[in-house]
Amino acid sequence: MSIIFVLIPILAAIAILCGCKARLTALIASGLTLILGLGSVFCWKAEVWSVTLQVLSKPSIHLAMGFYDGMSLIMVLLSVLVLFTAVFAGKAPEGREKLYYSSILLIGAGGLGAFLSTDLFFFYAFHELALVPTFLMIGMLGTGERKEAAWKITIYLALGSIILLAGLIWLVSASGSDTWLFKDLLASNIDPKAQTGIAALLIVGFGVLISLFPFHSWAAPAYAAAPAPVAMLHAGVLKKFGLFGLIRLYPMVSSGMQDWLGWLIVLLLCNILWVGFVTINQKRLDMMLGNSSVMHMGYIFLAFAALVQAGGAEENPIAIPAAVVLMFAHGISIALLFLLTDVVRQKTGTVELAELGGLAKSAPRLAFLFGLAGMASIGLPGLANFSGEVLVFLSGFENYKGESLGCVQVATILALWGVVISAVYMLRAYRQTFQGPAVSVTESAKDLKLSDQIPAIILAAALLVVGLYPNSLLSHLKKPPCCSECDQSTEQAEQ
Amino acid sequence: MPAYWLEAFVLISGIVLLLLEAFIPSRHKTLIAIGSIGALVFALVLLFLVKAPDPANTEMARFYAWDASAKFFKGFTLIAGILTIILGLDYRKTLSKFTANPDSEDGTGEYYCLILFATAGMMWMASAKDLVSLFVSLELSTITFYILVAYMRRNVGSLEAGVKFLILGALSTGFLVYGISWLYGASGSTELSAIGDSITEANSTYLLFGLALILISLAFKVGAVPLHLWIPDVYQGSPTPTTSFLSIASKASGFAISLRVLEPFLNSPVTHDKTVAILSILAGATILVGNLAAIPQTNFKRLLAYSSIANAGFILLAVAAWDKGSDLTSAQVVGFYLAIYLIMTFAAFFILSTIHRNTGSEEISAFEGLGTRNPFLALMTTIVMAALAGVPLTAGFYGKFFAFEAAVQANLWVPISIGFIGVAAGFYYYFQIIRAMYWRKSLDESPIKVRPLSFYALITLTSLLIIFGFFPQPILWLLQAA
Repeated sequence: MSIIFVLIPILAAIAILCGCKARLTALIASGLTLILGLGSVFCWKAEVWSVTLQVLSKPSIHLAMGFYDGMSLIMVLLSVLVLFTAVFAGKAPEGREKLYYSSILLIGAGGLGAFLSTDLFFFYAFHELALVPTFLMIGMLGTGERKEAAWKITIYLALGSIILLAGLIWLVSASGSDTWLFKDLLASNIDPKAQTGIAALLIVGFGVLISLFPFHSWAAPAYAAAPAPVAMLHAGVLKKFGLFGLIRLYPMVSSGMQDWLGWLIVLLLCNILWVGFVTINQKRLDMMLGNSSVMHMGYIFLAFAALVQAGGAEENPIAIPAAVVLMFAHGISIALLFLLTDVVRQKTGTVELAELGGLAKSAPRLAFLFGLAGMASIGLPGLANFSGEVLVFLSGFENYKGESLGCVQVATILALWGVVISAVYMLRAYRQTFQGPAVSVTESAKDLKLSDQIPAIILAAALLVVGLYPNSLLSHLKKPPCCSECDQSTEQAEQ
Repeated sequence: MPAYWLEAFVLISGIVLLLLEAFIPSRHKTLIAIGSIGALVFALVLLFLVKAPDPANTEMARFYAWDASAKFFKGFTLIAGILTIILGLDYRKTLSKFTANPDSEDGTGEYYCLILFATAGMMWMASAKDLVSLFVSLELSTITFYILVAYMRRNVGSLEAGVKFLILGALSTGFLVYGISWLYGASGSTELSAIGDSITEANSTYLLFGLALILISLAFKVGAVPLHLWIPDVYQGSPTPTTSFLSIASKASGFAISLRVLEPFLNSPVTHDKTVAILSILAGATILVGNLAAIPQTNFKRLLAYSSIANAGFILLAVAAWDKGSDLTSAQVVGFYLAIYLIMTFAAFFILSTIHRNTGSEEISAFEGLGTRNPFLALMTTIVMAALAGVPLTAGFYGKFFAFEAAVQANLWVPISIGFIGVAAGFYYYFQIIRAMYWRKSLDESPIKVRPLSFYALITLTSLLIIFGFFPQPILWLLQAA
């Protein structure tokens, strides 16, 4: 019963609001989802754990949940990891514990619900569940330009969502499908003319949610201003919703997407190169991370562009695995970085790069973990992001036969420079923060306490495991979407 | 029992209670309210028992429609009436302050009876299928509303609202009668179905001119551009229960008759395209004006007024997409939207009246610090505002979802793009309340008390918002129960 994943955090949030001990309840609930998530890695089966409940007959909408395929599983795994560590790392201000922890849980429930939904309607609806708690948390408990950032993220996401909604409605009505269930939708065909329009709405709608250039300006200020758990969940988990949706719905609008391939490539290169340069110029650690997370979305889009150009998952079999692995790796690494940045803020009272320095002397463990996460984020081999990025670049050349370069290949070559750019900003930030002579704010800084280490170590371990053994994720993607049907077809073939 | 006894029953109960009111001592005026609620609840029960008027009785059957839509809107009006009186019970201190003697409740008794009269008028409107019965029932409710708006006669704001409402209302009545006379002149009938049958190329111009005139007066009733100007001032000045009744029941019955009047024109191939064009323009303009003008508001009641204009725009969008959708008919979408609108808006008015009683202010700044002054009320307000903004998993989303669904299937892309702006603006102004409650601190930290009646009403309404957010099917059942 995969609906439990969503029910646990929602019920826990209600319990907290009704007066249960906030931090304890939140920890238990998110811990339970983590255990369930890790458990389901070993024994998940598509369709088996699913639940389908019709909530409206006309149009036919179902509250349907389950692991649709390996991609859902991996995103759920990402969500539960980040949710648990976000709750663990969260430090609620005095008197605001209830709101703080219930908001985190609701944001997590929104992400989990979206990735588990096998009905397009609830896939969309659950994502928006996070909107109100995010607005509250950033505006109420954020730092710096919190008010502006909260308004910006709310209005951008609202506008993106409503455009997306129009695209989804058009998609469903053009498909002629009776229900909003993925399995019915993906089995239908859409008129190529309508596909072009639908694809445009989907790219813009999802694009705003993913912070695709030029709709990206909400992301960095919001993450910088947000309390650490919100930044972790939003940058780590919720932003993947858009990419997840694009990949999931791609088979329905494959020819429509092809019409926009040129635009897509230009925009994703802007994400990588333009935002990359903007990132180099950041003066604050949190803004640098926020911008870098926008930039990295470009790589995942590149894998998507390779998929679009090839025309399907069969033609380019590594594009989707590349995108999914990088989504997972980026989610974990950015969550870890935001977590540690918050620690830096607490220990030193600042995140201005110019005011920091030499923190490694007084806080070596913090420096090590931050270094690990930073290296992961720029794609050091052995860590998860490397597997993802290599696969992305490979997918760009998957169908290349040695003739003249196609647009995706050119984009891949240009995108490679993004690796250099990220090395520049990440290493500079690391040097500014942790190396060199200690300054007054860092001299007396204390190192990580055990309670701070646990969430960081969990995330770092996930990075290492996937980095050293990417097959731990990739093997799930190879499983056919629906085991029972495939078993039948192989049996029939044998007969 | 034929269905039209329902209206008669509500009307007679109103008269009887009005007569009784004269003999009830001032401290027991609430008995009138309880009696009114009783009468409305009884009528609500009867609604499920009555039968269609006998077709042999041609006088009635010609005037009186009895179908799923009529039944739904009658129930809608009755529930709105009940909730308005409950709201009025908690509001009676303010009411008596501005009527007779501030210390007694002498002036409050008639208020509840008037609500019964307006309810009867609007119930009749739901069944009006002839232009004459439409006009009479509309006037019954509108004239009652003139009194309800100006009820607080020692309050300048209420009087001002009454005068504004009266002048514009009279103007719109003029348009209505003029339009009716054009329709009658061009088709030779006042019966809407007969008018629909008579549409030809030759007379379509005259009929459309008549329809345009009628639409102006209906725009007044539902609060759509270009006759939306009265809404903010009248809503702000009226007693809060009147405002809620006006913005919910009156708007809904306005849409009920709009659907009846528009149906023949939208179904006829001759006039369909032109009618859709008019409606699309009205919808787009209403969404734009309602949402954008709401942004700078600092008074919560005025904000709700603009919000009601904005919602009228989204409902018009669904009407303009007349039956092009594969799933729900436009009439069902309108009903669905209004049912959810009733829940959200009544909840908002209960919150408003609670805040007003505690702080004496209706400004958004009065919500400041509510997150600490009464966390539970703040939580419910958050849910209501999220629903009004149309956040999914609250019922509020479905209204906008269906309106957009119908419009996308009818390819009305221009008003849809305006709708994008409207929805994004909506997030801004509804979330201003959430911001005030949680981000800001109030100088006054005294707790805010909710009266038991309002409290239970609020709990019920907000839980309905959440329940229907996950499971909206019950509303559809009500709409389909013919």
